[in-house]
Amino acid sequence: MSTAIEEKVILPKKRMSFGQWFLALGWRHIIGLAVVVYSVFPILYILSVSFVKNSSVEGQTGLFRSFDLVNYVALFQDPNRPFGLWYINTLTIGVVTALGSVFLSTLAAYSFSRFRFRGRRAGLMSLILIQMFPSVLGLVAIFTILSEAGKVFPILGLSSSVGLIMAYMGGSLGTGTYLMYGFFNTVPKELDEAAKIDGATHTQIFYTIILPLVTPILAVNVLLSFIGITSDFVLASVVLSTPESLTLAVGLQQFVSDPFSKDWAMFCAGAILSAIPVVILFMYLQRYIVSGLTGGAVKG
Amino acid sequence: MKAEKQTAEMKQLDRIKRKSIKGLYDGGTPSLRGTIIKIVALGLLDAFAVFTAYLLLMKKQYVGVAGVLIVALVVSFLYLRRGGLPAKYLTPGILFLLVFQVYVVVFSGYISFTNFGSMHNSDQASAVNAIRLASYNQIDTDFDSYADSGQDNNQDGVADYVDAAGKVIVDASGNPVGPDASGAAPAGAVKVPYYTVSVVKDPAGVLGFIATETNMQADGSTTFGKTFVGTQEAPLTVTTEATDENGDGVADHLKGYTTLTDDAIGKIQEKVFDTKVLIAEGSSIFIRTEDGASAFQYKYQMLWNEAKQTFTRVSDGAIFKPSTDGFFHINGDLKAEKIDIGWVATIGTQNYEKIFSDTRLRGPLLKIISWTFIFAISSVVSTFIVGLALALLFNREDMRGKKLYRAFMILPYAFPGFLSAYVWKGLFNTDNGFINNVILNGNHIPWLTEEGWARLAVLLANLWLGFPYMFLISTGALQAIPAELTESALIDGATPWQQMRLIKFPLLMITLAPLLVSSFAYNFNNFTLIYLLTGGGPTDISAGDLDAGGTDILITFVYKIAFSTGHGRDYGLASAFSVLIFLFVGTISYLSFRRTRALEDLA
Repeated sequence: MSTAIEEKVILPKKRMSFGQWFLALGWRHIIGLAVVVYSVFPILYILSVSFVKNSSVEGQTGLFRSFDLVNYVALFQDPNRPFGLWYINTLTIGVVTALGSVFLSTLAAYSFSRFRFRGRRAGLMSLILIQMFPSVLGLVAIFTILSEAGKVFPILGLSSSVGLIMAYMGGSLGTGTYLMYGFFNTVPKELDEAAKIDGATHTQIFYTIILPLVTPILAVNVLLSFIGITSDFVLASVVLSTPESLTLAVGLQQFVSDPFSKDWAMFCAGAILSAIPVVILFMYLQRYIVSGLTGGAVKG
Repeated sequence: MKAEKQTAEMKQLDRIKRKSIKGLYDGGTPSLRGTIIKIVALGLLDAFAVFTAYLLLMKKQYVGVAGVLIVALVVSFLYLRRGGLPAKYLTPGILFLLVFQVYVVVFSGYISFTNFGSMHNSDQASAVNAIRLASYNQIDTDFDSYADSGQDNNQDGVADYVDAAGKVIVDASGNPVGPDASGAAPAGAVKVPYYTVSVVKDPAGVLGFIATETNMQADGSTTFGKTFVGTQEAPLTVTTEATDENGDGVADHLKGYTTLTDDAIGKIQEKVFDTKVLIAEGSSIFIRTEDGASAFQYKYQMLWNEAKQTFTRVSDGAIFKPSTDGFFHINGDLKAEKIDIGWVATIGTQNYEKIFSDTRLRGPLLKIISWTFIFAISSVVSTFIVGLALALLFNREDMRGKKLYRAFMILPYAFPGFLSAYVWKGLFNTDNGFINNVILNGNHIPWLTEEGWARLAVLLANLWLGFPYMFLISTGALQAIPAELTESALIDGATPWQQMRLIKFPLLMITLAPLLVSSFAYNFNNFTLIYLLTGGGPTDISAGDLDAGGTDILITFVYKIAFSTGHGRDYGLASAFSVLIFLFVGTISYLSFRRTRALEDLA
């Protein structure tokens, strides 16, 4: 009986005629190609516009009719819209926040996973619930906190990366902790108990045993959090106002407010440059992200 | 005897065992290096806390001082004591969480019971100050004229005369009245002097002016009148003792007063511009300079009575009293006229009542709520159908190039979301967009500018953004279905459609349902896409003075209530909305969590 099944399953692998092939697979390739075109054309389109000479943006109909780097050069030459600074700001804010928030949530998750204490369950529950508060709507409060803090320490105030980083870190702790908590639970407890018997302190256990075991997950979390933070528009738009302090998400808006002027081509060039690191990271991490997705992470 | 010894040994062993188990989670013996790091870190933290407290003390923010010191003490205590490990790992996170999440939620809750907004943004004392600063006018509204005897200093062709109240005299049609045929001033015109001044400090360091009345003649020359001296605390009095030290013909020095040089004025410019010297005791008219060399007369429109805590309007003597709605109203009557600068006041549940019962708000709000649901549900359904279909399409062992297809299809998902919104905004442009120009061959479909099309555009863009995610999770879930199930169905003679409907789909939904719910919650609050693609527009004109648009979802609408520049900001109302949305999304998520294993893990 089992052989019968084998045969049935193996059957389609035999050489097929074109008609058979088309009925079984060919039409799938046709739809697949159509979907690829659908997925790619907006990106190809801005790539094409980014190479257009700025005089001929309007009424652009074909793709890749010209190839000129003038928009890329212009991006870095406008002192009122310092794209280079925005790029650096975005990278700095993204890297620092991602590292900081993952570190903090790792500490908290370790505690929730390894210790039993009063209020643990309630703590986890409130973590989940409190991060349901739409961050867009906490803006008034965050704005007030930062402007008050800025009166005491100007570096923590508005239009400062430091203040924004702290707000992001506070905001992403809930989700981060909950995700890490799940991963810590998969690390066997016997490991830290064995180390303990060998005389390791709790910090040694944490840094030399647990952390190395979850490093791949940590890396993925840091990168996902980086992607999320560099894409944030709303909090950054409220906190940052001086041209030098902006991030890409806020700054690039200045180029799209007037579509199809010379700015539109510059926006396309800026968008390509901004998207490159994120897309590369994403492609590189595809495998992890897909497994993380089914675990419940939603890209922000 | 032997038995006793044995029990004693066992007790001993038991004690050691218990101690070592307890030891497992109380931290063990700290290493020297760890202790040093800990002490240095705590020392830095406490030093920083003391420094912050000192700065706050200087600003007289005593609550802040107490808060900072208590936090520092608690943190130091938690890390210095032995044991209590959970607290040691949780404290840093909790501090951030308290400030940026718990406080944010609590603060929003509090704000939702106040009238905090652009007209009410500080306390009552600040409002009083702002009203006093805002409510004075230069006498004679023509800035560069000083209305003397009919000259036309602002060159509008008509001489500038003002009446005793400081208003330019106008005729029935509102035009300034010039001299009559004989050159005489119109009835009621008064002479409003203009002063040449030197900025001085009195012996106590109070800023003031030595001011000389200046008259400009029709031929362009100037003559000078009486010289006065006065400070912020003492009204102008005539003086004859002032001397002209720099030889420009106007007195600039007086014994006992220090005359400021131009450099000195430049350094305290703001204070000089803010120096107001009354022309007489109890008058509502004062002089003020904007260049340090000449001064004009100004008139307060509102006089503040500190003892009674009321404003008196100079023009008609109306009394404005502080009222419960955070404004000054005439005689404290909420329905009477008010001054448009207010303070933050607690107004109870008014914001919530407004949301549920304001008829002006109801129409636009219901429309926005229904569109929010349509948008969120259609987004989930459309992306899921496409994603699942593609997942089934590619879910064949023998199909080649799957990885390549996937790499391309994942692009929209990998592309930063805010950029996608901008890109689609460009694609959908009516006149120059790629979609109208190329794909639709020159059609002028008003994507983004007409409500129906704009809604379609938003959904199309979101389909592009969202289908790869659904494709990825559906593929994952499909591959997790054991092959045996499909095989046995095959043996039982099930058609592919039956396999799908009766076996795969129910199994898929077990894994995917919670993800679809979170996708719904995400789209329900998908601010970035809507705000950056359409800005909530096209603007709904029927919504009146509310800034509501055809593609506005709740969250963008609330954002505009709180932060739109055109319509005045109402943080209180926005916060009341926030609290309601929080309750709604929180409940949905809580229920969906309860249905999944998420909560079981908590046990």
